[in-house]
Amino acid sequence: MSTIRLSAAEIAARLAAGDVSSADVTQEHLDRIAEVDGDLNAFLALDAEGALATARDVDARRAAGETLHPLAGVPIAVKDVVATEGIATTAGSKILEGWVPPYDAFLTRRLRAAGLPILGKTNMDEFAMGSSTEHSAYGPTRNPWDRDRIPGGSGGGSAAAVGAYEAPLAIGTDTGGSIRQPAAVTGTVGVKPTYGGVSRYGLIAMASSLDQAGPVTRTVLDAALLHELIGGHDPLDSTSIDAPVPPVVEAARRADVSGMRIGIVTELNGEGYQPGVRARFDEAVALLTKAGAEIVEVSCPSFAYALSTYYLVMPAEASSNLARFDAMRYGLRVAPAGVPSPSAEQVMSATREAGFGDEVKRRIIIGTYALSSGYYDAYYGSAQKVRTLIARDFEAAFGSVDVLISPTSPTTAFPLGSKLDDPMSMYLQDVATIPANLAGIPGLSLPVGVTDEDGLPVGLQVLAPAMADDRLYNVGAALERLLVEQWGGPLLSRAPELGTAATSRAASSKEGKA
Amino acid sequence: MSDGISRADVAHLANLARIDLTDAELDRLTPELTVILESVAQVAEVADADVPPTSHAVPLANVFREDVVTPGLTPEQALAGAPAVEQQRFAVPRILGEEA
Repeated sequence: MSTIRLSAAEIAARLAAGDVSSADVTQEHLDRIAEVDGDLNAFLALDAEGALATARDVDARRAAGETLHPLAGVPIAVKDVVATEGIATTAGSKILEGWVPPYDAFLTRRLRAAGLPILGKTNMDEFAMGSSTEHSAYGPTRNPWDRDRIPGGSGGGSAAAVGAYEAPLAIGTDTGGSIRQPAAVTGTVGVKPTYGGVSRYGLIAMASSLDQAGPVTRTVLDAALLHELIGGHDPLDSTSIDAPVPPVVEAARRADVSGMRIGIVTELNGEGYQPGVRARFDEAVALLTKAGAEIVEVSCPSFAYALSTYYLVMPAEASSNLARFDAMRYGLRVAPAGVPSPSAEQVMSATREAGFGDEVKRRIIIGTYALSSGYYDAYYGSAQKVRTLIARDFEAAFGSVDVLISPTSPTTAFPLGSKLDDPMSMYLQDVATIPANLAGIPGLSLPVGVTDEDGLPVGLQVLAPAMADDRLYNVGAALERLLVEQWGGPLLSRAPELGTAATSRAASSKEGKA
Repeated sequence: MSDGISRADVAHLANLARIDLTDAELDRLTPELTVILESVAQVAEVADADVPPTSHAVPLANVFREDVVTPGLTPEQALAGAPAVEQQRFAVPRILGEEA
């Protein structure tokens, strides 16, 4: 009996009961990756040897009667933007091809300390810039529901890996929706914790005031278990919150919305949202009402400016953060053609030209423009003010409701290639997820069905005030339970079967590669 | 700010950002950036003078740690990913003029 379709909590229970070994569970997931990842391209690097060594170590410690973390022995996939000592980390960019970090990110340390075998690193838009994973320098990841469609982005690899049963758990990062939008379009669960809830130490930075790592899973409870493991204070990140992790696991087990006030954001529903997305959202709202929640409509007028604000703040921070890729200390170094004895500056410019993809160049140039004197006040300065207005809208809304909900993404997964020539239409994918990043509040996306028109998954987003992450899990788990009851099983069981022996070669050739 | 962005502007910005854009890239990026900048410029419509700016979502004070020595990377670890190494140092191209 393979464990690949079990939730992380179920695998953990079987490991604890001694029904299965972590070595077997890990091998089953590696076999699954070998079977389906040639098609999906969810992984950029595998560490079979390291994962199995961790698994065997956990098995031995368990046999010796040691007290282990509840998730010990449950394998996990990690987004390639997270530093993993000894495993190549590229952030989906050519400029970091083959780079092996000499240290672990905070959350990697937590995973290793708890004994979670790290299967490998997942594909992503280069430096997490994108909503489709098509901006990866190593080719796009495909959606397990339809291999001609995008898996969302930037964390399409993590979402597809979890959705295709290659891993029960994955780590994502979310700067403007990169955990939640991929979750929505792949029928999986994704959570962006409160800003500062999970240390950014060892994450390759895009926009430091927005970046946040979080769990990518198939169930709300699994997300809570992983959130609890990776969350908490880290002195190595000055923006890390020095307070206990909110009681997320307890909330996921409570799953009770009776008496809660739930707000629907007027501005995040309606025009521009696909009919099937709205239909599934409305049905979910009806279920929440039936379960005893009070539904209130709230208006957040400044959200109309959130996308514009984000596309100034994020590129400004990214243009500064990505200055570190200068060809001097790590990564690619390219000499300019036809220049004898080039200067450091010339090498830098040639390297960044060769090593960065189109989207990264676009954002660095927008950021450089927005920060340049003469334009600073009009662009970056204005964006910072609107950021205040957006935070005030949330504050006012949370004065009258416990949580807010909206569709996670305006559409289902779009066909690969369909938005590559139109950056603005790609950016619109994140219109509902971006406000949470700008205000630093937590958000969760869970699957609420498939549309009638294309049969693809729809996500619903729950937003809560800062440090009230537990509310996301309470509402998410309650809705999940009602939906799974109604469906007679998880939504992912309706996804098409994947995998043929013919696809196995491509995946196994990734062992140890960048 | 509503004048848009010219091909020469993009070339100048790319130079500031140390990216050697090709002519083809300049041709492609200039109209794309014009569309994006026109769209994001709407933030100025609502940014009144009396609204304080937010640089950071969560209010934070400066954070200090105890002044004690903690282990860092070894020289070997720090240099492990370097494009070029010489005498346990990062070897870099010349930073001064041709004759220096």
